[in-house]
Amino acid sequence: MRIVFFCLSCILTVGLIVCLGTSLFLPLPLGSFLSPQHGIWQNADPMNQNFNARLRFPELTGKSTVFLDERLVPHIVSDSEEDACFIQGYLHARFRLWQMEFQTFAAAGRISEVVGDRAVNFDKGRRRLGMVFAAENMLREMEANPVSKKQVDSYTAGVNAYIGTLTESNLPVEYKLLGYKPEKWNNLKTALFVKQMAFTLSGFSDDLPLTKAKAFFGDEALRILFPQINDSLDPVIPKGTIFPTASVVPVAPADADSVYVNNLSGELQEVQKPNPSNGSNNWAVSGLRTKSGAPILCNDPHLDLSFPSIWYEMQITTPTMNAYGVSFPGAPGVIIGFNDSIAFGFTNSERDVMDYYAIKFKDESKSQYWFDSSWKTSELRIENIRVKDAPVVLDTVAYTVFGPVMYDNSFPSTTEPGTNLALRWKAHDPSNELLTWFYLDRAKNYEDYKKALQYFTNPAHNVVFASKSGDIAIWQQGTFPALWKRQGLYVMPGEDSSYMWQGFIPRDENPHIINPERGFVSSANQRPADSTYPYFIPGYYDLYRGIAVNRRLSSMNGITPNDMMKLQNDNYNVFAETARPFLLKYLNDSSLNETERKYLEIVSNWSLYNNINERGATLFKLWFDNLQNLVWDDEFKKAGVEGLRPGVKTLTEALLRDSAFPYIDNIETPVRETIGDVVTEAYQLATKAADSLSTINQLTWGANKNTSIYHLLGATMMPFSRTGLPVGGGAHIINAMQHTHGPSWRMVVELTDETNAYVVYPGGQSGNPGSPYYDSFVDKWAAGEYYKAWFMKRGESVGEKPVWKLEFENG
Amino acid sequence: MKFVVSILLTVLLSFAVCLYLPWWGIAVASFIVPLFIIQKSYLAFLSGFIALFLLWGTLALWISTENNHLLAHKISMLVIKSDSPLLLIGLSALIGAVVAGLSALSGSLFRRLY
Repeated sequence: MRIVFFCLSCILTVGLIVCLGTSLFLPLPLGSFLSPQHGIWQNADPMNQNFNARLRFPELTGKSTVFLDERLVPHIVSDSEEDACFIQGYLHARFRLWQMEFQTFAAAGRISEVVGDRAVNFDKGRRRLGMVFAAENMLREMEANPVSKKQVDSYTAGVNAYIGTLTESNLPVEYKLLGYKPEKWNNLKTALFVKQMAFTLSGFSDDLPLTKAKAFFGDEALRILFPQINDSLDPVIPKGTIFPTASVVPVAPADADSVYVNNLSGELQEVQKPNPSNGSNNWAVSGLRTKSGAPILCNDPHLDLSFPSIWYEMQITTPTMNAYGVSFPGAPGVIIGFNDSIAFGFTNSERDVMDYYAIKFKDESKSQYWFDSSWKTSELRIENIRVKDAPVVLDTVAYTVFGPVMYDNSFPSTTEPGTNLALRWKAHDPSNELLTWFYLDRAKNYEDYKKALQYFTNPAHNVVFASKSGDIAIWQQGTFPALWKRQGLYVMPGEDSSYMWQGFIPRDENPHIINPERGFVSSANQRPADSTYPYFIPGYYDLYRGIAVNRRLSSMNGITPNDMMKLQNDNYNVFAETARPFLLKYLNDSSLNETERKYLEIVSNWSLYNNINERGATLFKLWFDNLQNLVWDDEFKKAGVEGLRPGVKTLTEALLRDSAFPYIDNIETPVRETIGDVVTEAYQLATKAADSLSTINQLTWGANKNTSIYHLLGATMMPFSRTGLPVGGGAHIINAMQHTHGPSWRMVVELTDETNAYVVYPGGQSGNPGSPYYDSFVDKWAAGEYYKAWFMKRGESVGEKPVWKLEFENG
Repeated sequence: MKFVVSILLTVLLSFAVCLYLPWWGIAVASFIVPLFIIQKSYLAFLSGFIALFLLWGTLALWISTENNHLLAHKISMLVIKSDSPLLLIGLSALIGAVVAGLSALSGSLFRRLY
C-alpha cells in the first residue's frame, strides 16, 4: 500500500514539474518562467543597479575602460582598434542581444523558428527577396578587405564573449517568453543586419501594381498620375545648379513601348513592403547663418519606432578615432554622429533601385529559362524554413542573370500561379558599406568624408556633412543604374539583355553640393534635383517636408542649437497650407447642415500646425483622405489595383492646376461629378467621422494620432509598449511623427571649438523591459527636449560625474 | 521544532541547489529533507509547501521591490492579464510551494518504504 502512495505522489510531482517546466500543456513553462532564481524575476534589474565591473577576455590585447554615464551611454576608451570593436560588440549584446538576433532572423527569413507557422509566408518572402544571397555577397567583400575583416571579426568575438557568459537566469526576457536560446553570432549576421537596413530603405517598389494599372490606364495617363517631378519641388540641390552632361547614355530598345510587359497574370499578392514613410531630415547651416559662427549639423531619421530602439548611443575613442553618436546593435561603428573634426548625418535617397523582369521558364521545374535566344540554366536555391512545432517547409527559388525569381508557380500561391518575376535589386550586388562608417568616424575634413562615401553603394542616402574648419556639404551617395527614360517603372521583358541595366551613374555625377551660397544644405527625402539633372531618376520622394525645411532655414540667421531643436520639432503643415485653400474654395457650403457648419469653422480657422490639441488637423486629414478615396477608388478598383494610389502631392497639384481634372468624376455613376461635388461629399464624410471621433474624445490631433512605440513583437507584447504619447507632427511635416513612425533619433551638433551636441531618441539604452533604462528617454523625446551629450575627451577626469566603470582586460 | 527545522533546511537547500540546477532543483531539495527529518507525511508536505512559498515569495517580492515592480507590472499584464505585481509574486510563490510540497510528500513516503 505504501508503495502505491509513494508512486502516486511521485507521478504527481514529476507530472507537475513536466507541466510547469515545458510548454506542452501551458502557453509558458511557468515553473522556470517564474522561478526567482532563473525566470523573469532575474530580468527585473534593481533601480540602483551598479554596473561597475572588471571583465577579462583572452581575445583582448590590452586594457580598455568603458565609462557608462548616468543615461547608460557607454564611452569606450581603448588603445586598440580591435579591442574597441570587441567591446562595442560586447556592449551591444549586453544591452540589446535579443533585438540584434531577432532582426537578423527577420532578414534571413527565420522568424518561423521563433513564432511558428504564422510566419512562414513572411520568411518565404524574405528568402525570395534574396536577403541571404545579398548578405553572403556582402560578407565576401567584408572578409576580403583587411580593415573590415579585423573590424567584424573583433565585433563578432565581442558579441560571442557576452553570449558565452549567459546562463538560463540572465537570458533576455524575450527568450524566456518565446522559449528559445541565442545562437553564436557570426560575421554573416552583421551582413544580414546591414541588408535588413537595405531592405528598409531601398526595398520599396510599385512596379507590380503599376504594371497592373497600366493595362487599365495606359502609360500616358500614368505619366500624369505618377509624375516624375512635382510643380512645387524644392530639390536637395538648389534649382539653377548646373549639372554636367551625362557621361553614361543608356539606349532604350527600339520596341520599348510595345514589348514592355503589359499586364500580369494571377492574383497580385506582393510580399510585405517597407514603410513608404521611411525617411529623414538632415541639414547643416554654415557659420554665416549661426550665432557662434560655427556650422551646426542636424539629423532626425524617421523609422518605425520600436522597443528596443534601432539605435544605441555611444562614444568610441581609440588612437585613430573619437566618435560619438548612435550605432546599430548588430554592426560596428558609429552610424550617425560626430567626431573631433566633423559631423555627419543621413537621409534616405528614396531612389528606385528595384526592378522586375518577366521570366519564361522551360517547364515547371524552373531549372531553365529563355534568355538571349537560348535556354539558360537557373541556379536553384533550396530554402529550408524551419518552423517551431511543425515540419520544415521547403521552397525552391530560381536565380537568373537578373537575380532571384520572387514570384512563380509556387509563390505567393500554387493554385493561381502568376507571371514569373525575377528581381533586379541593387542591394544584391557585392559591396562593403561598413568601410564608409569606418572612414567617416575617422574623417577630419571634406576630402576624408568624400573618400569615405565611395564605399557606400546601397541603400543610397543623402549624406550631410559639416566640419569645424567651416565646410558644409551634402552628397546623394549610392550606386544608381543609369536608366533610359521610364526604364523599370513597369515589369520588363526578361527574355533578352536589352532591358537590363546598362551601366551605373559615375559617382562624381551624383547630385552634390559644397558650401552653397545660401549658407545651408538640406534634404528631406525630396527629389535630389530638378529636371535639368541629366539622368532619369525615379523614386518614392516626399515633397512638402523639404519645402518646409528650406523655407525655414532660408529665413533664419544668428541660428543657435536651440533654434535647430525647435525646427526639428516644428509641426507646421505645408501640405495643408497648399491644399486647404482649394478645399475651402470648392466646398459647396450652402448644402451643409448645422453640425457640418460647426466643423467648418474649426477647419478653416485651424492654425495649420499639427499640434496635439488641434481638432482642425484631424478634420483636414479626414477631409483629404476622403477626397482621395472619392477621386481614385472608382478607377483603381476597376483596374484591379489594391494598395497603390497617386500621392497626396499629385492630387493636390492636379487640382490646383485643373479644376476639371478628369478623375474627379465617379465612373460608377451616370452623372458627371464636379470638383465641388467631390470636395463637398468628402467634407460630409469627414464630418460624420469627426462626429463619432468626438464622442470618444479622439478628435484632437494628439488623441487621434495616438503616438505609440511598440515592442518589436508588436501587439503580442502590448505591456512592453508605450502608447498615447503627447506628440504632434505627422506625415509631410518636419516633425514627422505619425502614429508609430517618426523621428527615431534627433541630433543637433554645433561644431564650435568645444563641440556642443544635443541628442535624444524614443527609447532607452537597455533593451530589457525590466530595466529602468528601457524607455528612459521617451518622455524627454516626446516633449521635444534633448540631452546635452557628454563628448568625453581622452584622458578627461571623470570628477564628480555619476558614472560607472567597466574595465576590460586581457585574461 | 522538527517542523520549523525542516522548513528552514528546505529553504536553504533549495536556494543552494538552484544555484547549480534548473528551477526543479527545489523538488530535489524538498525530496531530500524529509529523508533525514522524519515527520508525518502531511507535515512533510506542509513544510515543503511553506518553505518554498516563503523562499520564492520573499525572493520575488524582494527583487521586484528593488525594481519598483517595473517588470512585474508588465509581465502580470502579459501572463495573468491583470496589472498586479503582487498577484504575480503570489503565483510564483504558489507554484514553488506546490511543487516543493508534493516533492516533500514523495520524499517522506519514500522514507517510509524502509
